Amino acid sequence: MNDLTPDRDERVANLKGLGCSRKRVEDARFTQGKGNYIDDISLPGMLHGDFVRSPYAHARVKSINTDAAMALDGVVAVLTAKDLEPLSLHWMPTLAGDKQMVLADGKVLFQGQEVAFVVARDRYIAADAVELVEVEYEELPVLVDPFEALKSDVVLREDLDGQTEGAHGPRKHHNHIFTWEVGDEAGTNAVIGDADVVAEETMYYHRTHPCPLEPCGCLASMDKVNGKLTLYGTFQAPHVVRTVASLLSGIEEHNIRVVSPDIGGGFGNKVGVYPGYVCSIVASIVTGVPVKWVEDRMENLMTTAFARDYWMKGRISATRDGKITGLHCHVTADHGAFDACADPTKFPAGFMNICTGSYDIPIAYLGVDGVYTNKAPGGVSYRCSFRVTEAVYFIERMIEVLAIELNMDAAELRRINFIGKEQFPYQSALGWEYDSGDYHTAWDKALAAVDYDGLRKEQAERVEAFKRGETRTLMGIGLSFFTEIVGAGPVKNCDILGMGMFDSCEIRIHPTGSAIARLGTISQGQGHATTFAQILASEIGIPADSITIEEGDTDTAPYGLGTYGSRSTPVAGAATAMAGRKIRAKAQMIAAYLLEVHDDDVEFDVDRFVVKGAPERFKTMSEIAYAAYNQAIPGVEPGLEAVSYYDPPNMTYPFGAYVCVMDIDVDTGVTDIRRFYALDDCGTRINPMVIEGQIHGGLTEALAVAMGQEIAYDDMGNVKTGTLMDFFLPTAWEVPNYETDHTVTPSPHHPIGAKGVGESPHVGGVPCFSNAVQDAFRPFGLRHTNMPHDHWRIWKTANGLGLHDT
Amino acid sequence: MIPPSFEYHRPTDVAGALAVLAEHGDDARVLAGGHSLIPMMKLRMADVPHLIDLQDVAALKGIEIAGDQITIGAMTTQHELIASDALHAAAPIIREAALQIADPQVRYMGTIGGNVANGDPGNDMPGLMQCLDARFTLEGADGTRTVAARSFYEAAYMTDRDDEEILTHISFAAPRGGYAYEKQKRKIGDYATAACAALIEREGDKVASASVAMTNLSDIPVFSEAAAAALAGSACDDAAVKAAVAAALEDIDPTEDNRGPVEFKMHVAGIIISRAIQRAWSRA
Repeated sequence: MNDLTPDRDERVANLKGLGCSRKRVEDARFTQGKGNYIDDISLPGMLHGDFVRSPYAHARVKSINTDAAMALDGVVAVLTAKDLEPLSLHWMPTLAGDKQMVLADGKVLFQGQEVAFVVARDRYIAADAVELVEVEYEELPVLVDPFEALKSDVVLREDLDGQTEGAHGPRKHHNHIFTWEVGDEAGTNAVIGDADVVAEETMYYHRTHPCPLEPCGCLASMDKVNGKLTLYGTFQAPHVVRTVASLLSGIEEHNIRVVSPDIGGGFGNKVGVYPGYVCSIVASIVTGVPVKWVEDRMENLMTTAFARDYWMKGRISATRDGKITGLHCHVTADHGAFDACADPTKFPAGFMNICTGSYDIPIAYLGVDGVYTNKAPGGVSYRCSFRVTEAVYFIERMIEVLAIELNMDAAELRRINFIGKEQFPYQSALGWEYDSGDYHTAWDKALAAVDYDGLRKEQAERVEAFKRGETRTLMGIGLSFFTEIVGAGPVKNCDILGMGMFDSCEIRIHPTGSAIARLGTISQGQGHATTFAQILASEIGIPADSITIEEGDTDTAPYGLGTYGSRSTPVAGAATAMAGRKIRAKAQMIAAYLLEVHDDDVEFDVDRFVVKGAPERFKTMSEIAYAAYNQAIPGVEPGLEAVSYYDPPNMTYPFGAYVCVMDIDVDTGVTDIRRFYALDDCGTRINPMVIEGQIHGGLTEALAVAMGQEIAYDDMGNVKTGTLMDFFLPTAWEVPNYETDHTVTPSPHHPIGAKGVGESPHVGGVPCFSNAVQDAFRPFGLRHTNMPHDHWRIWKTANGLGLHDT
Repeated sequence: MIPPSFEYHRPTDVAGALAVLAEHGDDARVLAGGHSLIPMMKLRMADVPHLIDLQDVAALKGIEIAGDQITIGAMTTQHELIASDALHAAAPIIREAALQIADPQVRYMGTIGGNVANGDPGNDMPGLMQCLDARFTLEGADGTRTVAARSFYEAAYMTDRDDEEILTHISFAAPRGGYAYEKQKRKIGDYATAACAALIEREGDKVASASVAMTNLSDIPVFSEAAAAALAGSACDDAAVKAAVAAALEDIDPTEDNRGPVEFKMHVAGIIISRAIQRAWSRA
């Protein structure tokens, strides 16, 4: 040992492992415009596809004439349902057990639906040819309201007519998809019927869209010589795409390679399978050359998977002093034309049954009815685990409404109903086992940080000043406390189309002591290459900078279910740690051999194995790696590799406490978010800087959804918000300053105690922004008003409360 | 979002641009910053077989200030308007309004000429130019003429400009007194829910003269002579502002869109006009 020998702290720092705000390794290429996205990929001889889409929301397709399009120089093919039918690909199965038209088969069911697929020599010719395809439509009555759809004689899904049994049980009406029930309805009704206080509210969680910066696209390349299909695309679950593509096309799975290149945001939008993927594959098989399809912004907003569109009716009961006794929730879920929700198969309404929230509610019931309408299909989890945003919005609004009913402070009402720290693991009335939490500590910390009592005092003074005519600005204090349920999931109850939702990691240590790890997930901006290397660095003692993380190529990566629902860290992160531990176990044997001691006489210390009680005798991981490949060790195979497939024993339950302070101009409806405080508890924190970035992003998408972002339809089923002029995508200008904070309550069942964080801020943020708006008007008698809280709707609320009568 | 094919022309002088216009008539359009025309072409709502890009026509660039006369070349970008300290000193309302147009990336490309010539009721500069009583110089095969901004606009996307003319310059007298450009929008990059330009000259405690014009509250920009008249001679007190707002609201005709229904827009317009007048008066 001498002065140049790093001490233990330096060795830990050198790893850049858990807890290090390591800079994102991805950013060097992204900030220089050197990312490799789907539209950057070009193959020799590649053709381009484009869709003829329906201008109508509901119409019969009388005829399609492709002659003029085919006559245009450069057009290679125009596919219609008739061309796909012999391959049985004119319809495809959805993730929700329904089926969906790939190309219009006799009728169209939503505006923008794919009618024909033009394949041409270049992108411009394809677009010109789209204009030349003549489609004769006969308009049919349009249903855009799910309640009307359930009463209407108009049959939307003629293919299902007379079918009374759906994928999730009986269908009550020809436009009904399923009823899903959890909990004890009779018991809940009895409790609510006898309760001291009951609050009821109906709320609409409007339809919106994940709107990733990069729209969806793919490039299919069928090599007819070797029989291999390569599919590059914007896939959040590349391995699932490979399996589905194999089942649909009949091509054996080993002959399909799916590659997700860099992906410019997914937020759930890139989980499903879209007609563009199927048509590109068919076109490539037919033409024998690669075919690329990349949608534009309008196509992405109008036709790819939407989110939300839930009509939620709630009843919550409590004792007079505010202890909640029961919760009843019924949802009318508008799924659009096809049930293409991306949920685990057994959960047709996702994890909506997390709607008892962070509260100890003894009895509850949830019923969900899915309905077909003339809107685009989808129903994905936009930056949340499956339907958790809806659930948390529901309970956090019900709490506020109950507080009004009880004439109680909403922060206090939350506090007296939180699940206590000592109650974990906690069995919820609707069937979940919450792994860990310390809600009271988080709540107290949040309220103290914002000086909650001071804010309420200021608000009361503002109300008085408003009443005296001294100001036209009201002040709202938005509160939310959320519990997420992420990391799907245990294979025993979570699968997608029968594929169990485990995940995986495979590690290879190179002889000189660096490594590559491949995972079944795929980053869409989350920074996996940065953070998974940190997990591994702490597990195996190789610096994160010396570990390459690779995902997204099904020929090389181990099978996994992909990235959505904040599942990467809880599931693939766990697999990474577990695979790392296998590496470490073998390294221990090698170290013991090299040090000429028994296996049990060496112990792991940061980046090496040391002889117990003699730390000057050690072998570094680099030395061990070299020996693993180059030294004959009796009874030990050469090499240093490991793979782990991890089936989590439970979900993880991150939580958080948010406070928003907002000023509202009652005359114009303009809002100004003065303050936003976000405390997140995601268990063990892998990279605080990446966490903070995730929180900023999730809050910004929450701001968008709460304050203006929607997919709106008119009565004819026309999309009114199909461009970024009307679809609200916040910029730096609209985004407030965020104050982030945290507590740490590790997950007891996750190998490193991490819970996942990417979606928490969205889940908790939406009700927080909304509650701030609603709280501002509470002193004037408002109980509830629906999002999005754009200027006009806020103005309407103020107007309805008589605040413009001067 | 893929436009039909078109011929691209890039003349270096106005004569060259006019020659292409003369040759192709209706089939040709000039391109300034491209933030209106190119999206329209990509949406295939505008079919422009011959696109004449004016960016190399040096004569259409620049800001000239001679005494109290200001002349701005049509191809001057919003960014250049904002960056010009001389223009800010002479007519500070321009920077105040230009900063409320879209975002920096758009303002690096978007031009004042394109903004006023396109006839889009959502554009901010037409109302501002009416408030300033600006004159537009139009050049065609038969020579040059000037048209007052206040009589240039006929209907949405319809102006007094002939298809074969190019709007080359904008000129106006440096405004005196207080100014304000007040705009409510949902987000960056959006058109106004309501916007108002106001200029007020003060003499003692009274309004010597006023000018009020509005954006996106009708199918054309609206200069309200009656609002100006209601303010003139007043002390710009609550009663006068109220009268001016009432007069201005008589002159507008907003339509329902995603920003809200007519009732809401009328109410917000009243608030925005009133704030513009009060701010202009506070600076007068």
